[in-house]
Amino acid sequence: MSKTLFEKIWDSHVVVEKEDGPSLLYIDRHLVHEVTSPQAFEGLRINHRKVRRPDLTIATMDHNVPTNDRKLSIIDQTSAIQIQALEKNCKDFGINLFDINSPYQGIVHVIGPQLGITLPGTTIVCGDSHTSTQGAFGALAFGIGTSEVEHVLSSQTLWLEKLKPFEIRVEGKRKNPFAVTAKDIILSIIKNIGTGGGTGTVIEYRGQGITDLSMEQRMTICNMSVEAGARAGLIIPDEKTFDYLRGRKYTPKNYEELVEVWKNELKSDSDAKFEKTFTLHIDDIAPQVSWGTNPGMTTNVTDSVPFPEDYAKGDKGQQKGAEQALQYMDLKPGTPITDITIDRVFIGSCTNARLEDLIEASRVVKGKKVSEKVRAMVVPGSQMVKKQAEEIGLDKIFKDANFEWRESGCSMCLGMNPDILAPGERCASTSNRNFEGRQGAGGRTHLVSPVMAAAAAIAGRFVDVREMELN
Amino acid sequence: MDLFKKIKSIVTPFDMINVDTDQIVPKQFLKLVQKTGFGKFLFYNWRYDKNEKPVSDFILNDRKYQNSQIFITGENFGCGSSREHAVWALQDFGFGVIIAPSFADIFYSNCFKNGLLPIKLDSQIVAKLMKSTSEIEVDLENQTIKTESETISFEIDPYKKKILLEGLDDIALTFQYEDKIADFEKKSTVPSVL
Repeated sequence: MSKTLFEKIWDSHVVVEKEDGPSLLYIDRHLVHEVTSPQAFEGLRINHRKVRRPDLTIATMDHNVPTNDRKLSIIDQTSAIQIQALEKNCKDFGINLFDINSPYQGIVHVIGPQLGITLPGTTIVCGDSHTSTQGAFGALAFGIGTSEVEHVLSSQTLWLEKLKPFEIRVEGKRKNPFAVTAKDIILSIIKNIGTGGGTGTVIEYRGQGITDLSMEQRMTICNMSVEAGARAGLIIPDEKTFDYLRGRKYTPKNYEELVEVWKNELKSDSDAKFEKTFTLHIDDIAPQVSWGTNPGMTTNVTDSVPFPEDYAKGDKGQQKGAEQALQYMDLKPGTPITDITIDRVFIGSCTNARLEDLIEASRVVKGKKVSEKVRAMVVPGSQMVKKQAEEIGLDKIFKDANFEWRESGCSMCLGMNPDILAPGERCASTSNRNFEGRQGAGGRTHLVSPVMAAAAAIAGRFVDVREMELN
Repeated sequence: MDLFKKIKSIVTPFDMINVDTDQIVPKQFLKLVQKTGFGKFLFYNWRYDKNEKPVSDFILNDRKYQNSQIFITGENFGCGSSREHAVWALQDFGFGVIIAPSFADIFYSNCFKNGLLPIKLDSQIVAKLMKSTSEIEVDLENQTIKTESETISFEIDPYKKKILLEGLDDIALTFQYEDKIADFEKKSTVPSVL
């Protein structure tokens, strides 16, 4: 029977299958961070259980960590306690931890691929919804809750209902791939299918619009699968995938043999059936800017803030949601996006804080200054990204333009550390969620690509980066 | 986990779609290392104003609903972050059942791990139940919801139903398959990350 890539990975990891109900799935890789794991480790202790496979488990601290000087102690005591808890838990249960001082510390979904922990054809979980990022490597990677973290720690397996395969075709070629990025592709997809459009599915992204992308750009796409409601997103691995993973810290010793196997096995059969299909043509898409309080509330930079009734197309729930969003965002329908001024810029997060993101943004920033009204910061996705960026002088470009250049972590994507918006502040952010209060209670988030965020920092308002002159 | 028993109460109608887990429990309350006491943080940014005073017209501050155990809301409830704290908060506040036309996947799965029953119903039935002012009874065993005027049945996966009714520890259940897990591991060649 013909199968999709998702179904092949699923079938090769089923330990127990039941007639009706969930299957027991084997988990190859378990990534752990400080926020969603303490209660899971506590559960192990209460029940006198151990971690079954510490050799398949890896931990880092990313959500809470301050991004200022690493030598300073953590002022927020509750954050410090959570970080200490992870240190103790990893020590007690024999798990490899990249702590705050490790050169490998970083956002868990950024370091997984960088260290070669993420491998094609594997099952990967983490107590974090953006685990979907790692599907870019042809893995089945998805977020789980804390009880499931405990289940995987103790059994290396998970009970899961089989998800449905959802094909998203991205066709065509962008006219200006510098200005119209992977972020604009995924925001366009979510704008079209909605934040619940992928519920119960695993998305497979296909088509020239996807194969043209670099690995880092593919990660941006898969990262936001969960913003479309999907549990995971994946892309068939190709030479770009295999090149990316070659020679990394945990790349398997028999890597070339594995690549030959993956080339044959890790693809969807040509006549495989998908539960549903959506196609996006990208020839003419514009840079995207979100205007509301979920990632589906997004429009072209060349357009205006929509009227709720136009946005809702007759759906009362959507209309009410849009009205509430505009009130929270303090925006009037009909306002051109490029008339919206901003107070803050955040270039960071598991969506857009890899080296390429910073290189592209630096091209916009080079030789210019951040608007006097704006406070802007760059938070590299990992210490490895930070080091690579510094080696090619990106830190200098950003600092010369008056950007803050920080240590790595999740930072202002969710504001669990001191990097937050003040009430009423408006931010151009390269992160993934524009939910109310996400970046700080009362803060207003507009999701954009790194180049659009950089352009907004310079102009003090949203601008179409396609029209910006580069030095 | 406590056994799920029949629940009879008035409903708390929360007429919104796409309610995300950042609203259910804002991130500033995710730093605790235990599972208890999250009820006071439920919908914190909507429940309290910037001076931390209760917002008078927010439904959870209405005394009429203070004993309600059934929360009814719009589609795609619990979207966004995987934080199980959202379930802990709803439960600690006093809810035992959440009814909606659809739920986000991770939230839905988290509910069953903690004895909270999520029920998916057609959006028209949800809209009707949202207007119900008298008590309704949720009976998981028989998969029914009884209102004053009718009995509505709902679907649920048999395995998940069993977990809730019997209060099972699913890790202990999984350990019954130890042989199969060990057999699988003999074939597995994924390299160590130690």
